[in-house]
Amino acid sequence: MTLAKKLTLVGCLTALVAGAAVTSAQARDLTIVSWGGNYQDAQKKIYFEPFAKKTGKPILDESWDGGIGVIAAKIKAGVPNWDVVQVESEELALGCADGYYEKLDWSKLGGKDAYLPAAVSDCGVGAIVWSTALSYDANRLKEAPQSWTDFWDTKKFPGKRGFRRGPKYALEFALMADGVPPADVYKVLSTSEGIDRAFKKLDELKPNIVWWESGAQPLQLLASGEVVMTTAYNGRISGINKTEGKNFKVVWPGSLYAIDSWVIMKGSPNKDAAMDFIAFANVPENQVKLPEYIAYGLPNKAAAAAVPANLQKDLPTAPENLAGAVPLDADFWVDNIEELNKRFNAWLAK
Amino acid sequence: MKAAILRERSGALLLVSPVLVFMAVFFLWPLWAMVTAAFVDDAVSKVLPRTAASIVSWDGQGIPSEAAHKALVQDLRVATDEQALGEAVRRLNSAASGFRTLLGRTIPAVKAASDPAQVDLLTVDPRWKDTRFWVALKEAMPPYTDRNILAAVDMKRDGSGSIVLEGADASAHRLIMLRTLLVAAMVTIACAVIGLPYAMLAASLTGWKRSVLLLAVVLPLWTSLLVRTAAWFILLQNEGLINGALQAIGLINSPLPLIFNRLGVVIAMTHVLLPFMVLPIYSVILGIPGNLMSAAQSMGAGPVRAFWRVLLPLSLPGILSGSLLVFMVAIGYYITPALLGGANDQMISSVIAFYATGTANWGLAGALGLILLVVTTVLYTIYGRFSTSPQVPGA
Repeated sequence: MTLAKKLTLVGCLTALVAGAAVTSAQARDLTIVSWGGNYQDAQKKIYFEPFAKKTGKPILDESWDGGIGVIAAKIKAGVPNWDVVQVESEELALGCADGYYEKLDWSKLGGKDAYLPAAVSDCGVGAIVWSTALSYDANRLKEAPQSWTDFWDTKKFPGKRGFRRGPKYALEFALMADGVPPADVYKVLSTSEGIDRAFKKLDELKPNIVWWESGAQPLQLLASGEVVMTTAYNGRISGINKTEGKNFKVVWPGSLYAIDSWVIMKGSPNKDAAMDFIAFANVPENQVKLPEYIAYGLPNKAAAAAVPANLQKDLPTAPENLAGAVPLDADFWVDNIEELNKRFNAWLAK
Repeated sequence: MKAAILRERSGALLLVSPVLVFMAVFFLWPLWAMVTAAFVDDAVSKVLPRTAASIVSWDGQGIPSEAAHKALVQDLRVATDEQALGEAVRRLNSAASGFRTLLGRTIPAVKAASDPAQVDLLTVDPRWKDTRFWVALKEAMPPYTDRNILAAVDMKRDGSGSIVLEGADASAHRLIMLRTLLVAAMVTIACAVIGLPYAMLAASLTGWKRSVLLLAVVLPLWTSLLVRTAAWFILLQNEGLINGALQAIGLINSPLPLIFNRLGVVIAMTHVLLPFMVLPIYSVILGIPGNLMSAAQSMGAGPVRAFWRVLLPLSLPGILSGSLLVFMVAIGYYITPALLGGANDQMISSVIAFYATGTANWGLAGALGLILLVVTTVLYTIYGRFSTSPQVPGA
């Protein structure tokens, strides 16, 4: 083969590869990314599949574990390969400020007044309200723990405790165990004395803590008796009670709740379909089906009001559950997560 | 004549070009990106050029003059690239916690003002009276920085610019790095201790027995790492199979602590990485003539002596390359330590992942990666010295 021929061949191959890449970008189906597990299974049944049927176009669904770095990397790469993503409140705040998301068309969502105020943002609309709370196995513990003070009380409740690894949640719960009223937690935490106080309180419990990372772990820790109490996500707790007949209980006073939101990635080639999907997922008649599958609260007021009473009692948004609960302060964590995580790692290593 | 050679050369170059392109795209470019991410620090000065020019002369005491305030207001007013501004904010917040909400309040106020000259930062947010935000701003202006690489080894520059150690309460990167190397070394040794006899056994057998032994090693490679880790979780936990069996036969009264500690991590990682040790040793042993051991014995060496003087030295290349593989793979682990380890078993990759995906602080992630790269390169060089020296005296 002569050089010229070889070059032509290489050129052809390159064109072929490039062509394939372009067509795949154009032809990509609407890609929706959520948190996986039984939550995403439920979403598939009540949002993804009916929407695909309605529009006649297939939907790709993927799962992720969060992190603004993931979003940032996708945006930096040019055309993102995700369209709709469900994000936590910090990722919403960070990404919205940094221009990583498209602005939503609120007229398609039924107006901002139809939602809880905390679920409304220029870039995102609330999908669920979920809690992180003290949980225990009522079949193993004869006496029910009532508060974070009990969580810290290893004499009354001997055994290990499960905690999500990282400063988020751990510091808030430590302060509540140390007697800070739930409403003042972030006020105390915003001072350096408050942070010292939280770490000092964590010191007391440190030898008894088993750290977990993914949401399924605390369930396993409880089920196997590895820990007597753990922090856990409320939806997972009621889910496993239903599917595996467990008798796990959630202690609502002192729990922290947060809102997850739907966003559209900036530069998404399926922007319009993405907006239509988000609108579809926020129609009250569709959203109201969610609590049957998983016990998360609904940010759409009309949907929340329509949830049957027997399901209502397990939701973070039920008035009696909300009474002693604290909303997660996304602004605090957006500002402090890096510094506190560094300190937390150093504290763990001590 | 020359033209012919040139044509031949360029033809050869064309043939290897896929490799070169691959190396450049998947090796050199990411490496370069990592190094630049760690040292280049222009996110802030790009977005706030007037502030950069104005704040240089500030001595770091109190707060800067009115001119710097005006420059900052002007910069924020004209900054339209949201993503560039976002990067600047992230960089500033990483240096001084709270900068994000501070700018989150300041930017809309500055943009909404009809006359920029009327904007008083101190009334927009009283935190602008705090020296530490202005110091962070000033320190973010030079185009290159050593702050990431210093932070990666628990150091920082103090107010006067000299390098000081961060307190043990504030940062533990060095400790975690050392721990990573220690765990990797423990796993490597455990793999070598199990892998060598295993490979010798496999090589000495024939037929289906050999196939079964090799399959037993290779099969786990086809299973997801997560599944294997979860399986160990079930085996090792307090009410797991191992503790259950030991208690049932009455060997122990209370469960042994096999999980959420270093032991659990080493056990699971050894299992996962064993194939990387067994396979190289096995292939080396296969290449050793079988009659060497008989020859040694015929010359009076017992089995142990023959092993020490003949088989072990000859299989050393396999052990060394297996150890290198296991060690290198082991330092990058983080799922297994995260799931099976305790508070003091986290490895450096989880810290890197936190900065890379969690907070998009690619500078510090890059710096930590760079340190890891340097450490492994040094170890690799030492290894190179070892493995090129003659292994078999007199052979």
